[in-house]
Amino acid sequence: MTLKHISTGPSEVLVELEALSKSFDGHVAVRGVNLQFYQGEIFALLGGSGCGKSTLLRMLAGFEKPSGGRILLNGQDIAHIPPYKRPFNMMFQSYALFPHMTVEQNIAYGLKQDKLSKTEIDKTVTEMLKLVHMEAYRTRKPSQLSGGQRQRVALARSLAKHPKLLLLDEPMGALDKKLRGEMQLELVDIIKQVGVTCVMVTHDQEEAMTMADRIGVMNAGEILQIGSPHDIYEYPNCRYVADFIGEVNLFEGRILEEEPAYVIIEVPNLERPIYIDHGISGPGGTRPVGVAVRPEKMRMSAEQPDEQYNWGKGIIDDLAYLGQHSIYHVKMSDGKFVQITQTNDKRRETPFELEQEIFLSWNPDACVVLEK
Amino acid sequence: MRFKFSNLMLGLGLAFLYIPMLILIIYSFNESRLVTVWAGFSTKWYASLLENEKLLEAVGKSLQIAFFSATGAVVLGTLAAFVLARFKGFKGSTLLRGMLTAPLVMPEVITGLSLLLLFVAMAQAIGWPEQRGMLTIWLAHTTFCTAYVAVVVGSRLTEMDMSVEEAAQDLGATPVKVFFNITLPIIAPALISGWLLAFTLSLDDLVIASFVSGPGSTTLPMVVFSSVRLGVSPEINALAAIIIGIVSLLVFASWFYARRVERARLKDIQAMKNG
Amino acid sequence: MKLPEPKHPFWQRLSALPFLQGRNGVIALPYLWLLLFFLVPFIIVLKISFAETEIAIPPYTDLMTVEDGHVQIDLNFNNYGYLFSDDLYLKSYLSSIRIALVSTFICLLVGYPMALAISRAKPSTRNVLLLLVILPSWTSFLIRIYAWIGILKPNGYINNALMGMGLIDEPIIMLHTDFAVYVGIVYAYLPFMILPLYANMMKLDHSLVEASADLGASPIRTLFSVIVPLTKAGILAGCMLVFIPAVGEFVIPELLGGPETLMIGKILWQEFFNNRDWPVASAVAIIMLMILILPIMWFDRVQNKQQEA
Repeated sequence: MTLKHISTGPSEVLVELEALSKSFDGHVAVRGVNLQFYQGEIFALLGGSGCGKSTLLRMLAGFEKPSGGRILLNGQDIAHIPPYKRPFNMMFQSYALFPHMTVEQNIAYGLKQDKLSKTEIDKTVTEMLKLVHMEAYRTRKPSQLSGGQRQRVALARSLAKHPKLLLLDEPMGALDKKLRGEMQLELVDIIKQVGVTCVMVTHDQEEAMTMADRIGVMNAGEILQIGSPHDIYEYPNCRYVADFIGEVNLFEGRILEEEPAYVIIEVPNLERPIYIDHGISGPGGTRPVGVAVRPEKMRMSAEQPDEQYNWGKGIIDDLAYLGQHSIYHVKMSDGKFVQITQTNDKRRETPFELEQEIFLSWNPDACVVLEK
Repeated sequence: MRFKFSNLMLGLGLAFLYIPMLILIIYSFNESRLVTVWAGFSTKWYASLLENEKLLEAVGKSLQIAFFSATGAVVLGTLAAFVLARFKGFKGSTLLRGMLTAPLVMPEVITGLSLLLLFVAMAQAIGWPEQRGMLTIWLAHTTFCTAYVAVVVGSRLTEMDMSVEEAAQDLGATPVKVFFNITLPIIAPALISGWLLAFTLSLDDLVIASFVSGPGSTTLPMVVFSSVRLGVSPEINALAAIIIGIVSLLVFASWFYARRVERARLKDIQAMKNG
Repeated sequence: MKLPEPKHPFWQRLSALPFLQGRNGVIALPYLWLLLFFLVPFIIVLKISFAETEIAIPPYTDLMTVEDGHVQIDLNFNNYGYLFSDDLYLKSYLSSIRIALVSTFICLLVGYPMALAISRAKPSTRNVLLLLVILPSWTSFLIRIYAWIGILKPNGYINNALMGMGLIDEPIIMLHTDFAVYVGIVYAYLPFMILPLYANMMKLDHSLVEASADLGASPIRTLFSVIVPLTKAGILAGCMLVFIPAVGEFVIPELLGGPETLMIGKILWQEFFNNRDWPVASAVAIIMLMILILPIMWFDRVQNKQQEA
């Protein structure tokens, strides 16, 4: 696996989680998480519901006390500091705007708690409203705003105190699909403009990949993989991550030959063994492994490929024309299904038909070997 | 078919609820002392009501007790509801829950008797309360009204978005500040309806007050009861008409107010959608 | 919210107690109040139900006596024995339960279609209808019961009207009968049946009703196989809200019932105020409580489940 470094300047650790865990009445929500957040990055905790990502975020905010481990801010443990004394601010999924206060009062609320002077508060509020393009709505109540506008106010409110860490809980969760795409990019713009370090929680991989510099994939209270969106997609380190991020075809096989420069894996019922043009790290020996190939990295042809490796035979079981691309479900010789996407780069009906026998092939560098 | 039937029942049910009250009001303007025989229009029973000093004094006492009981009940009931809604599963929360729901259904004779015996036992043990009267009625009413306030406030608290409170904490407000700055203003309408409910419950209570009252603390229901026991009287009709009138007026005023607020809100939403 | 300012050493020591600090202090205020004014009184009632009557102030004996340095506790079961020896009490309990059960059932029969009709109405009409149902319970209970005296009495509105129309020659005796008590209880408690039913029906997902109709069920069938089972919690809450207080009702049997209307609330009142027999009144209350404890706990559970949902 290659590690690509992110281009956000010097990686200075701001917050570090050490063996952080949390259990509720014997049920473990977060188990022994070690994680570092770097100054200025946007980090996304990605996982399905109940994976512990929200609990982790709430521990960062201070709403849950950890059952074990430490939360270090610049080297100091803050795990037991109450939320109202932490220099972290959160944007809630429901936005949690105070319904009885105006936009202005909402943004000023946190500043008032710091006993700032009226002119200072006024200045910051104006600055924040400008930042989120909401100057015209200063005296409105939250009930008089649309969903997108509420989100802007919520963001302004959580940025007003210039927190060391900004926490976003499912930031697009309350918006409709159309608005999401726009707001994702705008949110990133604003966060980068302010330069605040940000940890967000989401179940939407597209959102995580669009917005985050780094992603941590969580399952069952543990972090499975940390990396850039590209790393996570192209080089998943386990079956769960490969399957959770995007679509994937998994072949279960055994290692036939393992050399520093290549690996050959035999998959039962696949016409040809899988050949991978790089070495893998692992315990060595013939052992069962999984091989992941993304649907868009597969090719279909009516004729049998000439290659010695990396192809199989199947019958088109189902196909869906989606405009931009088409999805094929191919039933392989062993009865398993493989999914292939093909870009519709020519203006014609799908080139293949239902029940047609076809050959699938892929390049040696398209595969990822999964040991876990 | 079913819809027609249920609508018919609704009509009949509402008639059943309102006809007796309407008759009371109509016959309060009856000239004759014989309440059930119409003998011409008159407002003389209202005038004689105003001269009934015993009754007026009782009204004053009842209003005082109701005011203070409602206030006490709102404080205690709000605290209790808050504690149950926000400090989930603390030790003894089940007992507190039980002590808040049981008074809603407890027969009044039992509540009255038990409180009286408590006051007697306390007077014996620590010499307080020395005498039964307004104070003991206030204590009793505050206690049973607390349960009603807790229901009203509790349902508002549970439907309130808790992340609003968390957001305030997150922005640096201490829990006490959050309660006063955020929670209280948001649940204020529930506090008002809880207070009004407690006020009317206290104003209306006969049984508990009869048990725990002492000499010189006769409340309005006690006066009405001793008079009603002797049969119908046109003065009581006049009193009934006044009570029904005041309550209807207040209820409809608050309804109109709530409707206006709601309409303004809908208009905001409309305006927002249109740009 | 805050404890009184420490003025006196007692307050200082009190507010320094760990269970009165911070969060615990907030819990302690309503908790202690309800313990003292709701729970402790029942213990005292229980205690006095084992005492003997005495012509004194207060009119009962102490259970504990100190004799030769020994604390002696005399539990006197005579009051309970007395309740079971005189069948007046047994009859009153049974008749209270019967009257309360029948009234609850009538309230349910009348209230359920009413609640259904309200929940089906347009939102604007719905609020007015709901208000109309609640409004009577905000006016005086006593006066609403009083209204029925004029209606039911021998020369009351009903008899006057019937005789005026020539339908009857002699007035029908309605006041001071069990019939009048039923009317009074249903009249007074109907709103308490309708409100929880309505609240429950509003939570009902209307698409379930449509799904049932779509699957071919007749409206009546839908009512009994979908709506009624799904509003069980509301039915239970409404029934408990009517039944439990009705068992102990005093004002209605006193004003509308006759001498042969036996209701335990009235008996308790008479034992206490007329006979000044506090121990027997206490025993009456304890037995009543034992009858009602199960329904009360039931109600408690339904209520809390609804609040948590």
